[in-house]
Amino acid sequence: MSPLLQVSAVTKRFGGLTAVNAVTFDVAEGEILSVIGPNGAGKSTLFKLISSFLRTTSGQVLFKGERISDLAPHKVAQKGIVRTFQETTIFKNMTVRDNIIVSHHLRSNASLAGYFLGTAAAKSDEAEFGRSADEILGFLGLDEIGGELASNLPQGHLRALGIAIGLATNPSVLLLDEPFAGMNHDETMRTVDLVRGVRQRGITVLLVEHDMPAVMKISDRIVVLNFGEKIAEGTPQQIQNNEKVIEAYLGSEDDAIGI
Amino acid sequence: MSRSKQIIGVAAFLFGVFVLVPLMIKLTGRWDFYYTLTSVALLSIASAGVWLTFYIGRINIGQGAYALVGGYVSAILVVKYGVSFWLTIPLAGLICGCLSILIGLPILRLKGVYFAMVTLVLTEVAKLTALALPITNGAKGISSIPLPGAISIFGLTIIPDFSQLASTKLAFYYLAVTLMVLSYAGLYRLVHSRIGHLCRSLQQNEELASSIGVNISYLRVIAYSVSSFLGGIAGAVFAAISQSIYPSSFQVADSINFMLNCFLGGLGYVFGPMLGTLVLYFGWDLLFTTGKFQLLIYSSLLIALMLALPNGILSLRLFNRKKAEP
Repeated sequence: MSPLLQVSAVTKRFGGLTAVNAVTFDVAEGEILSVIGPNGAGKSTLFKLISSFLRTTSGQVLFKGERISDLAPHKVAQKGIVRTFQETTIFKNMTVRDNIIVSHHLRSNASLAGYFLGTAAAKSDEAEFGRSADEILGFLGLDEIGGELASNLPQGHLRALGIAIGLATNPSVLLLDEPFAGMNHDETMRTVDLVRGVRQRGITVLLVEHDMPAVMKISDRIVVLNFGEKIAEGTPQQIQNNEKVIEAYLGSEDDAIGI
Repeated sequence: MSRSKQIIGVAAFLFGVFVLVPLMIKLTGRWDFYYTLTSVALLSIASAGVWLTFYIGRINIGQGAYALVGGYVSAILVVKYGVSFWLTIPLAGLICGCLSILIGLPILRLKGVYFAMVTLVLTEVAKLTALALPITNGAKGISSIPLPGAISIFGLTIIPDFSQLASTKLAFYYLAVTLMVLSYAGLYRLVHSRIGHLCRSLQQNEELASSIGVNISYLRVIAYSVSSFLGGIAGAVFAAISQSIYPSSFQVADSINFMLNCFLGGLGYVFGPMLGTLVLYFGWDLLFTTGKFQLLIYSSLLIALMLALPNGILSLRLFNRKKAEP
């Protein structure tokens, strides 16, 4: 079976700086794949390249064998590859439920004119979005704060809301941007369960993350970046014992003594 | 807010505008009020357009340009091509809408103060274009535009010929107010449908909006062209009322006023620009007696109002019902 998402020799240069250099890996349907690496390894850039928020300098990203690099971000979302952001990126002046409802955009059957005129398709859309939003709220344990203004939420809930917004689009692949950042152990474990729940909904998960214990716990496979290059790929166990990875994270002995 | 309350509110408003105001004017004999109120109604239509661009997160100081274009389109069609004035109202709106798509496609990529600056220039460009083109007759403008003719269907006169009327003031008042009611009803529907929801997603975070699959540049252009449509029809009727249009009919100051109307009324309320226009227009007139201090007092009051009520007059909730809380 061909992989769902293929990252093929993707390179991004900013002027003289090569942020991502010929990175290649595949994502299989239904897996949880994490991209990790030290600060400045190019994780976030790679993330933006896959979701098409940045253009690749060379190489390409394929989804179901079809090239999605260079498409506008909303077109990539239409294909089913949806990214989340870190916690501050939500619709602040809407309620939690409205955040989720508006994010059902890709499931619309009615046209803009249809919504204006209130056609039958528009009405059934609105009803359906409301039902689906309630289901997502329940799934993420947010049902009690559905009416709360999003800007009033504490950090943990914001993260969940970000995932809720992603789920509302009904994606094939959900890209999570540092879902565990700044969380304590309990919150992290809860989020790990949540991400597993997302996978159980039939969604492939690709996440970029710092938090090593969480990544080791949750991932089927891990891709490690360092200075924009892929230095390792494998199961959590393989990665844990990979010398290059240990070196990248801890620095080699030579570096440590300054030679 | 319950549905019945909403209906009562709308009915009271319509009654006030269509029955009470003409009655009061008849009783007090202040016929000059018709002109003022007609102007307020038309300016509030143009302001409604500006409000919609605010709703997608853009500061629009260029509505004067579209009002001017709308006025010229109507005047030229009526005077040079003998088109019925009634037909030129939607035509002026449509031409402005199409024009704004061409202009909006490149400039709507800009945000914040950059978009505002470009739109500010638009009004000046429109004025200079009107001065330069032969069809707009340069600085002399187009004057003695004939009054609107009659509309009849199957021999039944729906709208009488304005030149046959004893007083055109009342007729123009009804025309302007009807258009205002229709515009605001349309705007209200737009904002409270899913489109309004999507517009707010744009206003709050364009990046996130595109990540959930919203075609942000398409939606921006749609909103901007609806905005310009409203500017165009307001300009068209204005030209008909004053029976003339000049390059200076709508200037930068007007564009700024359209924006101020929205600020003053409240950016979060559909009916904000309507109230803002009324208060601003009458406020200026009332201060006329202060002579040379008029502008000073007026500006100081505006600054004070914005400091005290950053969310506009409607945020006071003087009316026990929440107006158009999105």
